[in-house]
Amino acid sequence: MDKEIVLSARDVEIEFSMRGKTLKAVRKCSLDLYQGETLAIVGESGSGKSVFTKSFLGMTDANGHIVGGSIMYHDQDLSKFKTEKEWMSIRGKKISMVMQDPMTSLNPLKKIGKQIQESIELNQGLKGDDAKAKALDMMKKVGIAEAERRFEQYPHEFSGGMRQRVVIAIAVACNPEILICDEPTTALDVTIQAQILNLIRDLQKELQMTVIYITHDLGVVANVADRVAVMYAGQIVEFGQVNEIFYNAWHPYTWALLSSLPQLGVKGEDLPAIEGTPPNLFNEVKGDAFAPRNPKALAIDFEEEPPFFEVSPTHKAKTWYLDPRAPEIEQPHTIQKLRKNMSDGR
Amino acid sequence: MADREKLIEVKDLQITFGSGRRSFVAVDDVNFDIYKGETFSLVGESGSGKTTIGRAIVRINPISSGEILFKGQRISGKISRELDKEVVKKCQMIFQDPLASLNERAKVDYIISEGLINHHLYKDEDDRKRKVENALHEVGLLPEFASRFPHEFSGGQRQRIGIARALIMEPEFVVADEPISALDVSIRAQVLNLLNRLKKSRGLTYLFIAHDLSVVRFISDRIAVIHKGRIVELADSEELFQNPLHPYTKALLSAVPVPDPEIEKKKQLLVYDPSMHDYAVDKPVWCEIKPQHFVYGNEKELDQYRKELGL
Repeated sequence: MDKEIVLSARDVEIEFSMRGKTLKAVRKCSLDLYQGETLAIVGESGSGKSVFTKSFLGMTDANGHIVGGSIMYHDQDLSKFKTEKEWMSIRGKKISMVMQDPMTSLNPLKKIGKQIQESIELNQGLKGDDAKAKALDMMKKVGIAEAERRFEQYPHEFSGGMRQRVVIAIAVACNPEILICDEPTTALDVTIQAQILNLIRDLQKELQMTVIYITHDLGVVANVADRVAVMYAGQIVEFGQVNEIFYNAWHPYTWALLSSLPQLGVKGEDLPAIEGTPPNLFNEVKGDAFAPRNPKALAIDFEEEPPFFEVSPTHKAKTWYLDPRAPEIEQPHTIQKLRKNMSDGR
Repeated sequence: MADREKLIEVKDLQITFGSGRRSFVAVDDVNFDIYKGETFSLVGESGSGKTTIGRAIVRINPISSGEILFKGQRISGKISRELDKEVVKKCQMIFQDPLASLNERAKVDYIISEGLINHHLYKDEDDRKRKVENALHEVGLLPEFASRFPHEFSGGQRQRIGIARALIMEPEFVVADEPISALDVSIRAQVLNLLNRLKKSRGLTYLFIAHDLSVVRFISDRIAVIHKGRIVELADSEELFQNPLHPYTKALLSAVPVPDPEIEKKKQLLVYDPSMHDYAVDKPVWCEIKPQHFVYGNEKELDQYRKELGL
């Protein structure tokens, strides 16, 4: 844990105003990002994981505002940024993003090469042939064969996996310090997905980037992450090193996520599904946001919001289960099984 | 195994799109049977032709050669109108994207009963209403949802509507085309449980189409792996996971992310290169290498597969 912190978010709150009502998308999220690590943020759709990370780049939608907390990047507080000009010094240069859908994040009317070149010209001050040479170089780096020919092609001439490589090339062209990957492989086949994950890993080593993955696929998380943060209803409810989350999770929502995976299910039995829906964030959430969907919720879960309890120095969970006054609670079968598999394997 | 009733038989199936010089063979030389009451899965990457096969069985896509039998009767190509109606009723399909596959301007009530209306399968208005209510109940939705529009529902609920619409026809065979891949992780389990429950209570037979092998293992009895329009391996699902033979199956298995960091970090990724097969002289065949375990390969490869199996 003696690694340098590159980005530190403290009690970030983000609100959206919609038709006169306020939606609290992110409710006091705190996160430290360490130099060179891969952090995965997991959660279902609507949990606020994209909104939270987009706020590091000033890409929150127009009706959304950071209303509290701070995002410290080196000695700058990103949450205080107002103008596009301020953001342009960070976005793309220092912190960069790879979006989910490679179909929609490229301009269909522009040649692939030009799109990469454009980002280089804009962010690095290279012009003309220099920028083109750099763009070709990036294309080779992300594994696009025959870069010269491909440079002159349009996005529709590329397959999904190749398009995602182009998006990655654009994102890493300026040696960003932090790369945020928002569901980079959800739209891709499993075989292509494995290749893209490997590519990001290789680039991370080569360019010494810190990577944040946003995903709902726990298989991908197990593959890439050093640390994991689980988000639910706009809050991080548990975080820790990847082994701590998979083999010794303590938040009931993390349990539910892991138990509901078909990969870990027992054939012929029902999967432990998560019933109900996430809370409506237009309303004030009382107590533990997951309590109404948790069949084993304690009485206090409905009354008071739990603080973070420490499981280990690197692993914290926001649940009353860890309070010394709580009744004895066993981790569910799936977690025990995962842990047993791990110790058997060694 | 021989006494199990075959519900669907696919024989030498070929499906071609376009014609003449621009034709494209999407599915070639495909043979398999689906037994009554089982879940049979087709797994492959996008463009491999898995959906095309599913659509051919429910008579959406025409086939160019071979035949498809349903309960021993040919249902491909030109068939009588009565049989066509019968097939449309008995073979239903659940689609991937629950938003795109529902008519956004129709109420749930109409969406679910559309099949009934087309086939005049109800006595009177009360009967139709009752059937819709039953179908909604069976998939775990409330009867008052019938008067709402699709956009008012969450992804999991929409997929339930899609399932209810298929169920109301009282099908025997259901093609489920990636029914959970567009859904959020937290609701996938609900939909899988529902499909499994309906299989038991209604004695349904499924053709489950997916690209993710790990999800398929949980739900299927048998799995066929398809690559570029050709089935390369077919076996009971546990057998396929224990003894994968074809290099493509192995590559697919190695690419599937497992939610277990220790396994994931040690894993070696295998890449399948179709040019590794030398089929110039020694022609490949579809061979039952071990009872109920089929694989596609030539003599030399089959010998090696036998060695791997210790036969």
